[in-house]
Amino acid sequence: MQQDAVPISSILSLLTGDGGNFLGIIFLSLQVTITAVTCAGLVGLPLGAGLALVRFPGRTVIIVLVNTMMGFPPVVAGLAIFLLLSRSGPLGELGLLFTPKAMMIAQFVLVLPIIVALTRQTIEDLWTEYQDHMTSLGAGRLRSIPTLLWDARFSLVTTLLAGLGRASAEVGAILIVGGNIAGFTRTMTTSIALETSKGDLPLAMALGVVLMSLTLVINSLAFGISRVGARFSGKS
Amino acid sequence: MLRRTFVTAAASVLVAIGMLSAAEAQDRFITVASTTSTQDSGLFDALLPAFTAKTGITVKVIAQGTGQALDTARRGDADVVFVHAKSQELKFLEDGFGVKRYPVMYNDFVVVGPKSDPAGIAGGKDVVAAFKMIADKKAPFVSRGDKSGTNSAELKLWKAADIDLPAVRGEWYREIGQGMGATLNTANAMAAYTLSDRGTWIAFANKGDLGIVVEGDKKLFNQYGVMLVNPAKFSTVKADDGQAFIDWLVSPEGQSAIAAYRIDGQQLFFPNANDPKA
Repeated sequence: MQQDAVPISSILSLLTGDGGNFLGIIFLSLQVTITAVTCAGLVGLPLGAGLALVRFPGRTVIIVLVNTMMGFPPVVAGLAIFLLLSRSGPLGELGLLFTPKAMMIAQFVLVLPIIVALTRQTIEDLWTEYQDHMTSLGAGRLRSIPTLLWDARFSLVTTLLAGLGRASAEVGAILIVGGNIAGFTRTMTTSIALETSKGDLPLAMALGVVLMSLTLVINSLAFGISRVGARFSGKS
Repeated sequence: MLRRTFVTAAASVLVAIGMLSAAEAQDRFITVASTTSTQDSGLFDALLPAFTAKTGITVKVIAQGTGQALDTARRGDADVVFVHAKSQELKFLEDGFGVKRYPVMYNDFVVVGPKSDPAGIAGGKDVVAAFKMIADKKAPFVSRGDKSGTNSAELKLWKAADIDLPAVRGEWYREIGQGMGATLNTANAMAAYTLSDRGTWIAFANKGDLGIVVEGDKKLFNQYGVMLVNPAKFSTVKADDGQAFIDWLVSPEGQSAIAAYRIDGQQLFFPNANDPKA
């Protein structure tokens, strides 16, 4: 091929020409990813903190399992959810297969172990520092969870961003459960897969650059916010 | 304050999901399991708006290989299947998953290969002879290997050429298990031969050193059929709207829309709904 790998012109024409369609794809990608990560955060942060502090039989096994699940191959997750949501599957009546919600579920499943595992590590480390103080205040391990989560909030932003990274880069699972339907379940990453298969490599690469730029913006914002927040709360 | 953050986050998630549900509710739609060739060639982008404008029914297309598309329909996850492998389609009907098969159109396959032409088959009209040469010379060949319609057609051609693939296959025969576009990308990178439907080939943008080496043989015709998934098997099948799509495809209006679709002035698909043997 004689052309450049990433022609600036094709990125520009993506953003300007046929804009509605392309912006729709970006919007859907953000919507699916952010919903999945938010839900995974709501469930995963308390769960991770609980796993760090509460002692129960089989805890070590669960920690190892959660750590293993961080490496859950997306295609396998996608296939499992596909079989669950298929009309012939146990949850078929919900009619969720090939919808954005199915993609959110898939990403939720992939992101949750990352958030639980990283939160557990963070909170466990913080607990060794706080243990004496919390005990002297009469707060037990369970009662300390909200305080610890709150005090670790700036580290936990990184945890959420790790989850966001997994979700936004993911293509294997959402391709299977979403079906890559134009204008309905087509996201940035499934578009890139599609354009590659059509042999339009420059367009696929241009989409990749846009996706990376979006990720950069989100990470910069998160970094900025936690920096400002840390300064105001007297931590750094 | 922590609690407030959680509540805000939870609320925004609910709003996001609510927006999605609202967007889904207002649509009257059917799901069509079809093949990568109809999507990658751009045919659906040209056809569907006309159908939607006329009927108000949106068509959601899942583009898969023929084998996978039929499997999606077998699980009840599609209302209509629109594929190209007659024997697999008839099996689908026989098993009671389809109501009736309608022939819609045909296009043709082409053998593409590198300009260096290591098997010396360029310009030929006899695809069976060409396949024999490729196997004799052990020239690199990329196979879809994914049970798609194109893959079945390819396997049929090896059989017609009296090549016993399991016996002779080696380094030169590469099964990649991917769609048509990915297969063409691979053939380009490996300077290998492959079998492609003409539509995907014309629309394919990364041709590199590849070109058509054999075309025009009757054996390369590629018939498309459409079927409604049997509502007796799956009550969720949208029988009326699905049948409306089928009726439109085989109507004079749908047929002329198919004939009118062109890329670079070339007609890709030839309507033949009126040929009962197709």
